[in-house]
Amino acid sequence: MSQFTIKINGESHQVDVAPDTPMLWVLRDHLKLVGTKYGCGIGACGACTIHVDGVATRSCLLPVSVVGEGAITTIEGLSAKQDHPIQLAWLEHDVSQCGYCQSGQIMNAASLLNQNPDPTDSEIDIAMNGNICRCGTYIRIKAAIKTATNNS
Amino acid sequence: MTFIKTTYNRRSFLKVSASASGGLVLGFSWLASCNPTTEQLRLMPEEWFNINAFLKIGDNGLVTIMSPNPEIGQNVKTSMPMIVAEELDVIWKDVIVEQAGLDTKKYTRQLAGGSQSIRQGWQSLRMAGATARHMLLQAAAKQWNVPISELSTEGGIINHPSGKSAGYGEMASAAANQTVPEEVELKDPKDFKIIGTPTKNVDGPKIIKGEPLFGLDYQHEGMLIAMIEHPPAFGMKLKSVDDREARSMPGIKDVLTIDSLPEGTEKQWSDVNAFPQLVVVVGNTTWEVMKAKKALKIEWERVSEGESTLDYKEGLTKLLEKPAEEPARKDGDPDWAFKNAALVIEKTYTAPFLAHNTMEPMNFFANVTSDRAELVGPIQTPEYMSKTASKVLGLPEDKIAIMMTRMGGGFGRRLYGHFGIEAAVISQKINAPVKLIYTREDDMTQGTYRPAYKVKYRAALDENNKLIGFHVRGAGTNGSLVFANRFPAGTVDHYLAENYVLDSNISVGAWRAPRSNFIACAEQSFLDEVAEAAGKDPIDFRLELFDRAISNPVGEKNDYDPERYAGVLKLVKEKSQWGTSKPGVHRGVSAYYCHNSYVAQVLDVVVENNNPKVVKVWCAIDCGIVVNPEGARNQVEGGITDGIGHALYSAMTFEDGKPEQNNFNNYRLIRHGEAPLEIETFFVDNGIDPTGLGEPSLPPVAAAMANAFYQATGKRYYNQPFMYDESKMDLRNTI
Repeated sequence: MSQFTIKINGESHQVDVAPDTPMLWVLRDHLKLVGTKYGCGIGACGACTIHVDGVATRSCLLPVSVVGEGAITTIEGLSAKQDHPIQLAWLEHDVSQCGYCQSGQIMNAASLLNQNPDPTDSEIDIAMNGNICRCGTYIRIKAAIKTATNNS
Repeated sequence: MTFIKTTYNRRSFLKVSASASGGLVLGFSWLASCNPTTEQLRLMPEEWFNINAFLKIGDNGLVTIMSPNPEIGQNVKTSMPMIVAEELDVIWKDVIVEQAGLDTKKYTRQLAGGSQSIRQGWQSLRMAGATARHMLLQAAAKQWNVPISELSTEGGIINHPSGKSAGYGEMASAAANQTVPEEVELKDPKDFKIIGTPTKNVDGPKIIKGEPLFGLDYQHEGMLIAMIEHPPAFGMKLKSVDDREARSMPGIKDVLTIDSLPEGTEKQWSDVNAFPQLVVVVGNTTWEVMKAKKALKIEWERVSEGESTLDYKEGLTKLLEKPAEEPARKDGDPDWAFKNAALVIEKTYTAPFLAHNTMEPMNFFANVTSDRAELVGPIQTPEYMSKTASKVLGLPEDKIAIMMTRMGGGFGRRLYGHFGIEAAVISQKINAPVKLIYTREDDMTQGTYRPAYKVKYRAALDENNKLIGFHVRGAGTNGSLVFANRFPAGTVDHYLAENYVLDSNISVGAWRAPRSNFIACAEQSFLDEVAEAAGKDPIDFRLELFDRAISNPVGEKNDYDPERYAGVLKLVKEKSQWGTSKPGVHRGVSAYYCHNSYVAQVLDVVVENNNPKVVKVWCAIDCGIVVNPEGARNQVEGGITDGIGHALYSAMTFEDGKPEQNNFNNYRLIRHGEAPLEIETFFVDNGIDPTGLGEPSLPPVAAAMANAFYQATGKRYYNQPFMYDESKMDLRNTI
């Protein structure tokens, strides 16, 4: 076990965990930030997406020991009042069915807009391709991203 | 206005305080807590009055409505309370929704499956709202000393022609003490204000914040984490385990073996489980347990033969070729029809095993003590789980409390609650609260799959291209495939339907729209080919068959209404402007009936760089009254995307009993860029009581796609997933 100090949603947290512990489980088990979801553990589904310095990252493959000074944002910290343009667009389009993958979808989409404020359809497809929605809400996700693009 | 006797599960409408209900009542604090909006929070009442099992009214007029059925993403947590609110006659923004736990004394059929929640709950939910409204009116009539018949309600306000008026909150205390009426009025559907209004998912605001809603998110003081190892292949069981290294690892509390279905346990249908004997690792945190799991040295032994994909393919083929046995249905003289046909068309279709792959892997929380059990988690069949838990734990059912969490997908997988029983057995053995978590690999290789299928169709056309004979013989692993009394039964004079089952040690279960999810594709692809052979437009060809079933049906057991069936086909024909053509766009059509609902779809595909792309799907659906058009459209879109994805890309295959896919890197699911660009849904407005909606949009779409692909390429698709079907377009590079 080792001590790590990590910056999450603007606050500093200390955890005492094995260095290879993925951020996913640091967040879920140690800090009780359970909005970040476990889906596959191999970076193939996107349910665990968080931001490191604003960039979408699969937290299931990110050992706590390599985070260092990186500023982590989770779904809980994406906006102070749940009013990020992506979150508002998700509500407007009533995107969710089961909802399990959606925090990962939202974090991935928010990262896309950070880097490309006006993505084309095919840029959205490419950027979102790593996030599986088993319920099949892809059409609404794309529509919501376009709405958020127009509103941000 | 309809009057209805309140006989249906009358005790649901009696004022029952929680402690008096006889069951075990637990404080599932974060789950049972209200879901008020910020605005509602400011307005929270000082006191709530229980009117009946479905609702309570606050002194300020806010209403809490219980959603009795499990939520798997089919949106019943929004639509079921909408039905109660409609008959109660309140404004939807004044409603707070709470998920009910399992309570067989208060509710019936707390089950998510078969697209039946709304259909089966329709009367009781309406009655719950109407009964409460009536009791509010009774209270007002008494207080104002006026006949109840002079009172009316609007949006949570009781009015009397004299000008007297009161909010429900003011009457709630008195209403709670009224006798339950023998008979209540139900609204005329034309007066519905909430039902039929697009309404957003009540959990939407929590989902976009990442709030804890799912079983995997559940926390409990002192809770340990458990994970399992099940045999690596079907036909194997545990022989021995060397756990020395695992036990010595940090954070590990225990390693044990369990049997969640001991020999002699009386099984229910929901107790499907190929691997009841498991090795369990228990520890403090998930990552520590995951690592210890890898350090286990387990010996497995073979108890039955390991099957490979080729084995069951051969087995299914043999069943299609064997001499006929007793048919599921026979009309006329099929042998005569095929002997005397001008043309016989024969085609065979196949489909692989499929995993459900809910995004939230199987998991459950259990806290079992000497005299009671608390179980919390994602389960479509809590009542069945309670019964099995009772037998396996040796506790009476009234000492077992089950709370259903929001589920990260179901698709049928969570009808089979072995994971909850496993959690309970582990908790009982280690005497501690525990959350069991399957890894994705544990989940995908556990079984309970959609069966593999093979089906052969034959059609006999006479010299006038009339369909005179029809023969379907289907075979499935551990489950039959053919619905003998569905279309085209009833439309052909000489008809034969046969069902065969291949025994397999690979376990199977219901998967979204069981059987229909494949047979619709096979049947509707075949009919496309028959229509073409007959020189007829595929929609006209089907409509002619429905005309026959309407005017002069063959047989008496046909289980569909040909007029409603033809209705959706005509609607989709009109909306898609069938018969017109656009350059480079190829279209296919399909129609199917299941879960008491009728669906017809037209699908457009374009081919770019040898890759097909579904650009648009038109979907006409007759599912009676649509409670929540917003959620309903989402369900239809999801079903279509799901149906396209699995037909194109997904398969479980096996080598010597071992699944060859175990995670999303080798099991392909449809992704963003592969979804249709647009889906347009049209609901038939006929005022009929609601029927199924969560499943019916899935089955027909694969055929609409295959038929469109045929128009694009001139080649037919017979074997799912189409990506691997020998021909044709290069589906491997569609991303």
